[in-house]
Amino acid sequence: MGERRLGAREPGRGAGLEPRSEFELKLHDRAAGTCLGDVERERRRQKAVSVAAYAFLISVSLPLVAGYGWLILNSFSSELAHGVWPSGFTLKHWRFLVESPLPDYPDLWRTTWNTVWLASGVAVTVVAVSIPTAYALSRVKFRGRSAILALALVLNAFPGITLLIATNYVLRALGFLNSIPGVLLVKAALMTPLGIWVMKGFYDAVSWDVEMSALVDGASRIQAWYKVMLPQVMPGVAAIAVFSFIYGWSEYIYVVTFIQDGAAWTLAGYINAIVGDFRFLDYGLLSAAALFYIAPVLLLFLFAQKYLMRVTTGGTKGGG
Amino acid sequence: MTRGQRLGLFVLFLPTLVITVVFYGLPAVVTAAMSFTDMDFRLRWNFVGFATFLRVAEDFLLPRILQNTVVYAFFTLAFFNVGLALLLALAATFVPGRVGRVVQALWILPRLTPPIVYGIIWMWILDPTRAGLLNSLLALAGVGPVDWVTRHPMAVIVVTNGIIGASFGMVVFSSAIRSIPRDYTWAALADGATWLQQVRFVTLPLIRWPLLCVTAYQTLSLLTSYEYILIVTGGGPHFATTVWSLYAYNLAFGGDFANHAFGYGAALSLVLVVLGVAASVAYWRAFRFREVAAEPKIEVM
Repeated sequence: MGERRLGAREPGRGAGLEPRSEFELKLHDRAAGTCLGDVERERRRQKAVSVAAYAFLISVSLPLVAGYGWLILNSFSSELAHGVWPSGFTLKHWRFLVESPLPDYPDLWRTTWNTVWLASGVAVTVVAVSIPTAYALSRVKFRGRSAILALALVLNAFPGITLLIATNYVLRALGFLNSIPGVLLVKAALMTPLGIWVMKGFYDAVSWDVEMSALVDGASRIQAWYKVMLPQVMPGVAAIAVFSFIYGWSEYIYVVTFIQDGAAWTLAGYINAIVGDFRFLDYGLLSAAALFYIAPVLLLFLFAQKYLMRVTTGGTKGGG
Repeated sequence: MTRGQRLGLFVLFLPTLVITVVFYGLPAVVTAAMSFTDMDFRLRWNFVGFATFLRVAEDFLLPRILQNTVVYAFFTLAFFNVGLALLLALAATFVPGRVGRVVQALWILPRLTPPIVYGIIWMWILDPTRAGLLNSLLALAGVGPVDWVTRHPMAVIVVTNGIIGASFGMVVFSSAIRSIPRDYTWAALADGATWLQQVRFVTLPLIRWPLLCVTAYQTLSLLTSYEYILIVTGGGPHFATTVWSLYAYNLAFGGDFANHAFGYGAALSLVLVVLGVAASVAYWRAFRFREVAAEPKIEVM
């Protein structure tokens, strides 16, 4: 923060205070002395604030680091002294990968496959639905555009979760209850307003001249979209795809509410069952299973962060 | 616009239209209709007029639920979604940019974590025996274990939800603070303002719209979301952490005491749906609509 130190009170500068006599020079020196003292004090004060900022950030973030660190350490440790300090490396908590924790659990790998299918289904649906609609909202002039835009914005802020009881009924009527496609469509529907919103932002950022020149060169609107626009909004497509994938992968409430049949569970249902059966009993199993579930999210979080950061502020999750 | 153009436009909107009608419009209508029935697990449409709403008025649990909801929303909002978020944003914009981004990423992580995994981390932290983080720390200080969820249920759900909620405000406030022109800060510094005075008289007044915006948005989401409460406390012990939205859910799908009371649950949800619609309309009118509604410039299709 070098620029902040740029002195509060640098002596005499620009104020027409050129010293004229010996006496004034002395006076000025003394004044300059005090002022330099001020700068020094200011610098110290800034440093104190800086130290306080670091101390605050570290102390409030520590529990977060501890929580995620525990997941990793505990899943590989035979024992945690004081519940915190790991000792003894072991893989026994991971035996759920090869044998079911209880006989009535569905197959883990099938469950994992279900989760992949739900997550990618949500991502593909959100992208496929958002791209054309956002294009129309951003680039086409028609009557009612402003009304549709308003509707998209309202839906974006609307808490879809309040419709859960009725959605259960609708899914049952459509024959989608107890199946992945049902949850997939509901989740995609909830994320689409955000997807449209983000994509419209990306389309808006493409210069009109670029598209116009393609049109002038004789391209049709579809060609102009495909050849000129699409490549430029690909980061937006990547952003909503990654974001929807993570939320589809992580989905909890719709999975455990709408899917009773273990064969159609995703990992959310599977781990929910582990929590039900082994809470308080086997934190090793709990943390290993949780780590298994969160691993793809962590990888995407680490390697696709530049895309994620473009969407997270729009958070569909109210963060309770 | 020719007929072909109109058709093309319709095709672009078709998928969104279907999804909106089936998963927003229809459920909204069904919620409203269902709240005039006494529908249970048999799923019969037995219309009973306003009887369900009379039941809402007579439910002896509701005052408690309402109180829980207000306490939960207020404290989570004040301490975390706005309070902690603001402090985090102020601190993260003060330290060098790289550090600030790392902190921001770290705080966004809980939001992306599968809720059940986030719940498991808290089950460990709050475990009533020495196996839990908090109790093992207490043990080091020679204090006996505390059953956190039973003893301090409201604090538990405020903290668990607040840690997730804080990142939203943090991101919004950080970018608002970064966009404050440097001249203002320098001017304040030249006038000899302390850091606190800078925050009080320069930063806060300049980010009052983002502050208001986050407060409005997060109030709505706190009133309607209950996923993490369901996982961490399940609404218990004995309704101590059951908020309005969770009550509706538990009536319809909850464990022991529920009789799949879809009609009653829908009536309680209807209140939230109406609130949600009103708040989202008001929200976008107040904060965003004008800046995003600029007309497109190309008219050919």
